[in-house]
Amino acid sequence: MCGIVGFLAKDAALQDTLGEFLVPMLTCMGERGPDSAGLAVFSAPLPASKRRFSLWTRDWHFDWASLGRRLAADTGAQADLGPLENHAILISTVPVGLLHAWLDQQFPGVHLLSAGRSIDLYKDEGHPAEIARRYEFSRLAGTHGIGHTRMATESAVSPAHAHPFTAGEDFCLVHNGSLSNPCSIRRRLEKQGIAFETDNDTEAACRFLEWRMTGGETLEQALAAAFKELDGFYTLLMATTDRMVLVRDRFACKPAVVAETAAYVAVGSEYRALAHLPDIRHARLFEPAPEQIYSWTAPASA
Amino acid sequence: MDRPSQRLIRLDLEQQTLREVNDFLHQRLPHEFAGGEMPRVEILNPNGRHNVAVGLDTPVEVDILGHAGYFIAGMNKAARVTVHGNVGWSVAENIMSGTVRVKGCASECAGASGRGGLLVIEGDASSRCGISLKGSDIVVAGSVGHMAAFMAQAGTLVVCGDAGAGLGDSLYEAVLYVRGQIAGLGADARIEPLSAPDHQRLTRLLAAAGLPHAPQEFQRVGSARNLYHWHADRGGAYG
Repeated sequence: MCGIVGFLAKDAALQDTLGEFLVPMLTCMGERGPDSAGLAVFSAPLPASKRRFSLWTRDWHFDWASLGRRLAADTGAQADLGPLENHAILISTVPVGLLHAWLDQQFPGVHLLSAGRSIDLYKDEGHPAEIARRYEFSRLAGTHGIGHTRMATESAVSPAHAHPFTAGEDFCLVHNGSLSNPCSIRRRLEKQGIAFETDNDTEAACRFLEWRMTGGETLEQALAAAFKELDGFYTLLMATTDRMVLVRDRFACKPAVVAETAAYVAVGSEYRALAHLPDIRHARLFEPAPEQIYSWTAPASA
Repeated sequence: MDRPSQRLIRLDLEQQTLREVNDFLHQRLPHEFAGGEMPRVEILNPNGRHNVAVGLDTPVEVDILGHAGYFIAGMNKAARVTVHGNVGWSVAENIMSGTVRVKGCASECAGASGRGGLLVIEGDASSRCGISLKGSDIVVAGSVGHMAAFMAQAGTLVVCGDAGAGLGDSLYEAVLYVRGQIAGLGADARIEPLSAPDHQRLTRLLAAAGLPHAPQEFQRVGSARNLYHWHADRGGAYG
């Protein structure tokens, strides 16, 4: 059992308080997944020359300023850092591949959680309520965000095994369920030169979808392929720069409830995660059908 | 909470714990009103909580005002529970008797393994409605999702809307009636003609649910009973 949550602000006035909507949802779903938690938040894209990188290390007293100075010195790239203890958002002109290689060499204890023009990502081990406090989720703003509360069943409890998983840029995924064939998917992708960071089944699904999209498919086309290729149980909630996308497998035995109003779309594993959202009494509530793709687009940021 | 001498008792799940509410329904209510007229009980602010009004065994009327979570009114015996909203998984699971009515929609496994009583869903029920049914009657005013009445052994499922794929898969002696489209029958389920007893059963259940449809608008689905027995002819399939 795990919990998933998502919130997309249709009304730009809700963007500033995105985190305040998501924290009670995530905390409530801590009952479905107390091991670890994570949240990805999307905001207005940076100019094409820049990227946002979410960085994480175990060291709570890490010297982020020094990392920024050395990155600038070694690569000549701009490096603006927004640190919060063991996590930092780096905004830089450094290419993602170069940053990855540089971190591996210079700071092997610093992990790149996400990259893109609009995504920020936080995930760690611990109870979701505690992780929300640690990383000040309630202060986060953005157009949409998706989160996860994990009860590990098939691979280790570690910060790297927490969701959301990312692949490529500005794409992330949370998963409630378990896959039966992640190893065969992984072997196929590794032959294409795609590197994995964990042995987690959800990472295989995430990299599979991103691999299809890199090959030119839309997310919808990639999901149609995933319906055929992914063997197992899943409710998947995904986010891109401007979209939140939800699917359930053909058995639909992993839950999801959607609440939609004129102002927002909210997704939760259970209704109780949504019960305290504004105007929920007038929301259109529904349970997503098996193998249907539900997609919502965020309006451009204010 | 109102004084017990009043005819209406309100319990608020924002003010009391679920355990306190269920404990009141299980212990204090039958004790305090033994031999007299039962009050009606309203439960406020369910807010998607699970296990509300489970295990009741008193002929009391309970109204849950709002959307509720999983296992609502599970194992119900004698009580009449109405949910004024939607419910999550497994409403009225293993219901023994009495009535459970959902004014909204139900998520999966509604009425699972119920042994008696009546479950009415006024909206839609999703997948696996009436799975392993063992004697209850279920009436769904809307449609049901896939795998409804999977391995249902006894009882009745009436669907006034459409039925999803795999209807009645591995059915035993439960009988299903569907008024709308059937996306597909499961293994060993078959369409059967409606007989006079079917008309009577449908008339009784539709009246109990408060629905206006005529029995002849429904198709009957029963078990072909081909999965009941071992076929010696297929022995070779097992090497």
